[in-house]
Amino acid sequence: MNMLLNRLFMSCLTGAALLLSTSNFAAAEVNLYTARKDHLIKPILDKFTQQTGIKVNLLSSGEDQLIERLKSEGANSPADIFQTTDVARLNRARVEGLLQPITSAVLERNVPAKYRDPQNYWFGQSARARVIFYNKDRVKLSDLSGFEGLAEPKWKGRICVRSSASAYNQSLLAGMIAVDGLEKSEKWAKAIVDNMARKPQGGDRDQISAVAAGQCDIAIANTYYFAGMLTSDKAEEREAAAKVALFWPDQLGRGAHMNISGAGLTKAAKNKAEAIKLMEFLSSAEAQQFYAEANHEFPVLPSAKRSPLVAAWGNFKEETINVAMLGENNASAIRIFDRAGWR
Amino acid sequence: MKNAADTTASPNAFLPAFVTGQNTGSGGGWVGATVFIALLVGAPVVFVLAHVFASSGGVWEHLAQTVLPLYIVNSLLLMLGVGAGVMIGGVGTAWLVTMCRFPGKGILEWALLLPMAMPAYVVAYTYTGLLDFAGPVQSALREVFGWSSARDYWFFEIRSLGGAIVVMSLVLYPYVYLLARSAFLEQSVCVLEASRTLGRGPWQGFFKVALPLARPSIAAGTALALMETLNDFGTVHYFAVDTFTTGIYRTWLGLGEPTAAAQLGAVLLLFVLTLVMIERVSRGTSRVHHTTARYRRLPGYQLTGWRCLAAQAFSFAAVFLGFALPASVLAWWSLRYSTVGLDFLPMVRNSFLLALVAALAAVTVGVIMAYAQRLSPTPMTRSAVRLASFGYAIPGSVIAVGTLVPLGFIDNALSGFMSERFGVTTGLLLTGSIVALVYAYLVRFLAVSFNGIEASLSKVTNSMEAASRTLGQGTMGTLRLVHIPLIRGALLTAGLLVFVDVMKELPATLIMRPLNFDTLAVRTFSLASDERLMDAATPALVIVLVGLIPIIMLSYAIARSRPGGKS
Repeated sequence: MNMLLNRLFMSCLTGAALLLSTSNFAAAEVNLYTARKDHLIKPILDKFTQQTGIKVNLLSSGEDQLIERLKSEGANSPADIFQTTDVARLNRARVEGLLQPITSAVLERNVPAKYRDPQNYWFGQSARARVIFYNKDRVKLSDLSGFEGLAEPKWKGRICVRSSASAYNQSLLAGMIAVDGLEKSEKWAKAIVDNMARKPQGGDRDQISAVAAGQCDIAIANTYYFAGMLTSDKAEEREAAAKVALFWPDQLGRGAHMNISGAGLTKAAKNKAEAIKLMEFLSSAEAQQFYAEANHEFPVLPSAKRSPLVAAWGNFKEETINVAMLGENNASAIRIFDRAGWR
Repeated sequence: MKNAADTTASPNAFLPAFVTGQNTGSGGGWVGATVFIALLVGAPVVFVLAHVFASSGGVWEHLAQTVLPLYIVNSLLLMLGVGAGVMIGGVGTAWLVTMCRFPGKGILEWALLLPMAMPAYVVAYTYTGLLDFAGPVQSALREVFGWSSARDYWFFEIRSLGGAIVVMSLVLYPYVYLLARSAFLEQSVCVLEASRTLGRGPWQGFFKVALPLARPSIAAGTALALMETLNDFGTVHYFAVDTFTTGIYRTWLGLGEPTAAAQLGAVLLLFVLTLVMIERVSRGTSRVHHTTARYRRLPGYQLTGWRCLAAQAFSFAAVFLGFALPASVLAWWSLRYSTVGLDFLPMVRNSFLLALVAALAAVTVGVIMAYAQRLSPTPMTRSAVRLASFGYAIPGSVIAVGTLVPLGFIDNALSGFMSERFGVTTGLLLTGSIVALVYAYLVRFLAVSFNGIEASLSKVTNSMEAASRTLGQGTMGTLRLVHIPLIRGALLTAGLLVFVDVMKELPATLIMRPLNFDTLAVRTFSLASDERLMDAATPALVIVLVGLIPIIMLSYAIARSRPGGKS
């Protein structure tokens, strides 16, 4: 028994030592802290490694957790790039002093000004539209206008939307604050809470499924979740999505709400040249095509094509304000949600 | 020598030290080591609570005016509901399989523990997949009755406080079952026979004799289940129930306000301490002792007819709903949608290795602390031990961040010192290493291993210790040659419990793991949070299967644990 335990213990120590040492020997490498899901980023990183010989080490976690980790690691952090799925957290990383600006003609050429930080602390890598989905049988198209319109009493008990803990909702409201001001935005949030068909729960796909199943008539969700359902390998999801249609909101006003996934160079970056190379690669036509195809997001590179499915939805008017604004209004948005009782 | 496994059966075996406050007989190095460990393991707790007295700049007022009342009400209701649920489920099943005879009892004895292997968040995923509006059950009902929307009928809303209570009761009742059953097994048959002689029926014997005798164990099990309840993040988050835990998480990470979050955490700790006090006060000065050591096979009430059916239905329902059904759903999803790639094997290896190393570390440290407390039960040792076990009472997501920050501080201070003094930067030695992860697990789960070991060690009589010392052994020799062999069973149990806990652990693993390092729990969560529940089934299933091994060993050990029983 003792012998066995000893042997086990030794093999564990050796195993741990091996695990500890794996990252120390590669020649050129870059360390990426990402909030994107592995399968939505890994393939394109592999391609980068193939082309450049630079190895990419990955840590995926929640964006808030990654910010805490970057803060605690300080100047010794191994992270070179911090990547998120929402602009508010990029902004927070900049405010916390975790990022440094990048001077890169390639990035400035590839990424439109509204999708990057005015001081180049971070750059958008894909754009997302948060839109309205409706039940084809139960909603008249003429009743829909934009997000503000959903506050009308006629939608009472008909709206499904996820929790305000979601960065996507925070940014949606932050965008509204930028246009309508605090007071009007709070009124709107309260009205939406009154119109909810159920307590906010689940993710964006759940809201779309609930519309398909008839639990509500309207869902607020990002477009790529809808695309994911339409192209799902599960028949139930495809059938559900078929009952739902997409509506581009605010086409007569400020345009549909846009957000980004993006990344910035960390202040502690040790592999700065490699990191910038990776950032540039992710803005290139090849990588942008991957973003467009793999997850049906909108490429930020103007010349990159949308996926055929997304292209078929047609052109729409996008919000024009710089997404950096969404980050600045983030804290106000969360407080409004708390006051409005939007959980 | 008595069967070593009986040491697993102490009523307070799994309760944190600050709840039980046990003491026992002198040792310098051991105390020093214990204080050192306690400071190390207690650092994150101190770090979290240190924020309490800082000003939160109006955030606290904002919280108090908006969401705090809701957090309090929800957390209280959740505790009440789960408390009642685990007591009814745990005590009821323990009594039935210990004292009654009916077909299926042999299977139930161990099967009732199976839900322990299920992470609560995984059970939550499966029930949601089955029972929510778009799930197969409601869809089938709509098909059959021709309903078209939610407005046409009423159906139990699984994503609710009620749903959270049910799910948590289902996976947490084994804690009460485990301890209550041990208590019933420990009871001498004499007291029950005396009760029968005095004209009490089986029900009265249960309520008037067995239940009061088992009360400390039941309270210990319930307290443990309730602490798990307060700790839980995955389930309440998924079920859209706002509790203290989700509130702390949102305040700290979402709002970026650690101070206000720590203040919420302090309120939560108050909850836990109140809970402990209520039990202490209500028990008053009464003490429970076993006055006779006469044991023989328990006679058991032979159940027939409807009583037998009811007993079977009740007990099998607990196993079915807490384990068989969710596990089957996982297996079905896994078979249907499985996308297992080559990257799966490293995850299994990582999960297993981490759990193993953490279990060994927790047991080693647990032994050192328990032995120090035995040798020197001074206030200093006891406070050190309590400090080290507080990590268990703080929500995992909070303690994870609390662990990260002191580690980063140490790393950076060391690196700064080295570069100033010797011109070499050491960088981050701890943060992002396996060592840091194991440390985080110790912070969270040391209480689990320590309490089992401590309870077991306290049963080794002082005369044995004295004999060994008289014969020339030092404290180390005595520990190695006398105590360790005697408490082997408890060491195994403690190690297994930590092993299972680490397999399921999520928040610390998510935030502290090294680059390019994934575990089964991380993968499960990552897929589920991407709304791909069904793809998450395979890693979840593996967690459950691995978790089953220690559960089965544990139930085997308990079955053999009755004094005078077969061994």
